[in-house]
Amino acid sequence: MISRRDFLQVSMAASALYGVSGVGNWARLAAQQSLTPDQLLEFETFGNISLIHVTDIHAQLKPIYFREPEINLGIGDAREQMPHVTGAAFRKAYGIEDGSPSAYALTYNDFSALAKTYGRVGGLDRVSTVINAIRADRPDALLLDGGDTWHGSYTCYQTAGQDMVNVMNALKPDAMTFHWEFTLGSDRVNEIVESLPFAALGQNIFDAEWDEPAELFQPYKFFDRGGAKVAVIGQAFPYMPIANPGWMFPEYSFGIRDENMQAMVDEVRDAGADVVVVLSHNGFDVDKKMAGQVQGIDVILSGHTHDALPEPVLVGKTHIISSGSNGKFVSRVDLDVRDGQMMGLKHKLIPIFSDVIAPDPAITALINDQRAPYEAALSEVIGKTDSLLYRRGNFNGTWDDLICDALINEREADIAMSPGVRWGPSILPGQDITREDIWNVTSMSYPNAYRTEMTGEFIHLILEDVGDNLFNPDPYYQQGGDMVRVGGLGYRIDVTKPQGQRISEMTLLKTGEAIDPSKTYVVAGWASVNEGTEGPPIWDVVENHIRNLGTVTVQENTSVDVVGA
Amino acid sequence: MELSRRETLALGLGAAFLTIMPLRVNAAAEDAIAAFTGGADVADGGVTLTAPEIAENGNTVPIEVSAPGAAAILIVAAGNPEPGVATFNFGALAAEQAASTRIRLAGTQDVIAVAKMADGSFAKASATVKVTIGGCGG
Repeated sequence: MISRRDFLQVSMAASALYGVSGVGNWARLAAQQSLTPDQLLEFETFGNISLIHVTDIHAQLKPIYFREPEINLGIGDAREQMPHVTGAAFRKAYGIEDGSPSAYALTYNDFSALAKTYGRVGGLDRVSTVINAIRADRPDALLLDGGDTWHGSYTCYQTAGQDMVNVMNALKPDAMTFHWEFTLGSDRVNEIVESLPFAALGQNIFDAEWDEPAELFQPYKFFDRGGAKVAVIGQAFPYMPIANPGWMFPEYSFGIRDENMQAMVDEVRDAGADVVVVLSHNGFDVDKKMAGQVQGIDVILSGHTHDALPEPVLVGKTHIISSGSNGKFVSRVDLDVRDGQMMGLKHKLIPIFSDVIAPDPAITALINDQRAPYEAALSEVIGKTDSLLYRRGNFNGTWDDLICDALINEREADIAMSPGVRWGPSILPGQDITREDIWNVTSMSYPNAYRTEMTGEFIHLILEDVGDNLFNPDPYYQQGGDMVRVGGLGYRIDVTKPQGQRISEMTLLKTGEAIDPSKTYVVAGWASVNEGTEGPPIWDVVENHIRNLGTVTVQENTSVDVVGA
Repeated sequence: MELSRRETLALGLGAAFLTIMPLRVNAAAEDAIAAFTGGADVADGGVTLTAPEIAENGNTVPIEVSAPGAAAILIVAAGNPEPGVATFNFGALAAEQAASTRIRLAGTQDVIAVAKMADGSFAKASATVKVTIGGCGG
């Protein structure tokens, strides 16, 4: 965390935003009555340059609920360091009152109750209002999109990303970088990128055959702002062909490529850049390590791991800003750049309370246009839930438990596996579950729900492999997702151990017997990265299951025993 | 829609033969290095080895090595059954002592580059390249 004595001016977002609240009881907090758009947007314009950061929107055009994680373990040097702090410890670190708007926006506790008080978050028409307000202060503010924008909803799937492209173009970004976009397939990505009215950046997007920078994506772009030369360097998700199906974009290669990042920083400095901003989809811990390896980056706008942090994290002279996901937050970063260097930085993480911030009517109309052809399918009620449905967290969320149950029941399997992705809004107890809600947590271009046989040994191998992608102490070996979610299977994980020794006590829940390495089990799962995976799309599997249940109740899941946290 | 047990089975996370656990340095790798150095001490530094942290495809992993002033560079994949990958020899007129190639890795392991300097001393660099089944992006 940044030192209070630091010469740089950093606004203490949590307290500066709402004033110091003397109210401890959330029920007595005047909630929406006391929370005004002016408070959310209040910001004393600073320096000569403004950056606006949005990232990991995952195609959420409309306001949603989104519960932040309860379990987000940091390993090695990252242990108990931001963003690996949750709940009460997180509130304490930033001086956030229990039950306050910030507590609702940034932590998981009392989520269902606070959600009823403070309402939904996000919505790109509200995001537009915030962007317009910042541009009213600073007309030439740079709007930078960290990617994972053209993925994650029913309409995004049906239009192959066009709904998001249309709405984002109306917000007029200046640059963007990428991750899930590539799962549209390289032909579609190329088609969209060729027509983008802003810069498509990624210094680590290479041609796979020649191992040279890909022609379609520029490593960086210069912007003249406030009398200074701003260089924005793009960093796409490094592990796309590994975490997602590489066969969908075989022409492209990625990787962290921090030597090339250093070369790009040196190149833009030599060309006269006064300030260097990296628009990154590395994930927070990778960005933290990269900030220590690469010299000369002033600001990293960090995406991928969906962390929402009310203050920058400082590594050397590099400020790392992390702006959440699903349209829930916008970061404003004002910079004072003079004489070829950054003299100061002021930052605010703005939560998009959708009942407080008025929608921009032009964008509301545009969003409704995108949805109109699909409105009947989107709004069909499939069932109802008695439980809070959420996903974020290192291990199973209730949405994942429901999906795993659906796989076991509908596909007659012993064990289910569901990918440890971090996107997907939450549903409150008592809410209807619509088709749109199901697609919000399942939509992707490789949705087939496979059914196959695996030995106990191979299941162990998978858990160890995914566990190492999450808990390897070196961030450069992490892929930034969460642990694969399992149904029908219990296990113990010691997160401090090396690969091969983390997973033990694997148990088949339906019999209570230990998993036999040499025995074969029927496993159902989805989101396989292998080409030619067969089976019905996961959203049909989940829809059938919920329709059969009528009302969903998810029991507490105690089948994963975490050691060493 | 009806989902039945008879529905086509599909290979899930596939490639059951893939080696995922980190492979240890095998004796053949140590022998290959000893044969190259004649058992002399090998210092760290002076060699730059560039390799991906996680391989996009373990069958063709791009690597790059450079060691200014080297007469020869040995590349060893320490966990492969046949660890020797290549030896690059540089003549006196070589403009730079650098080379790049693609190698096949049987699983997660260290790739080691040992350079023989013009003065007969040795230096090395190594990089761990992870081979993973992947599949869970944020």
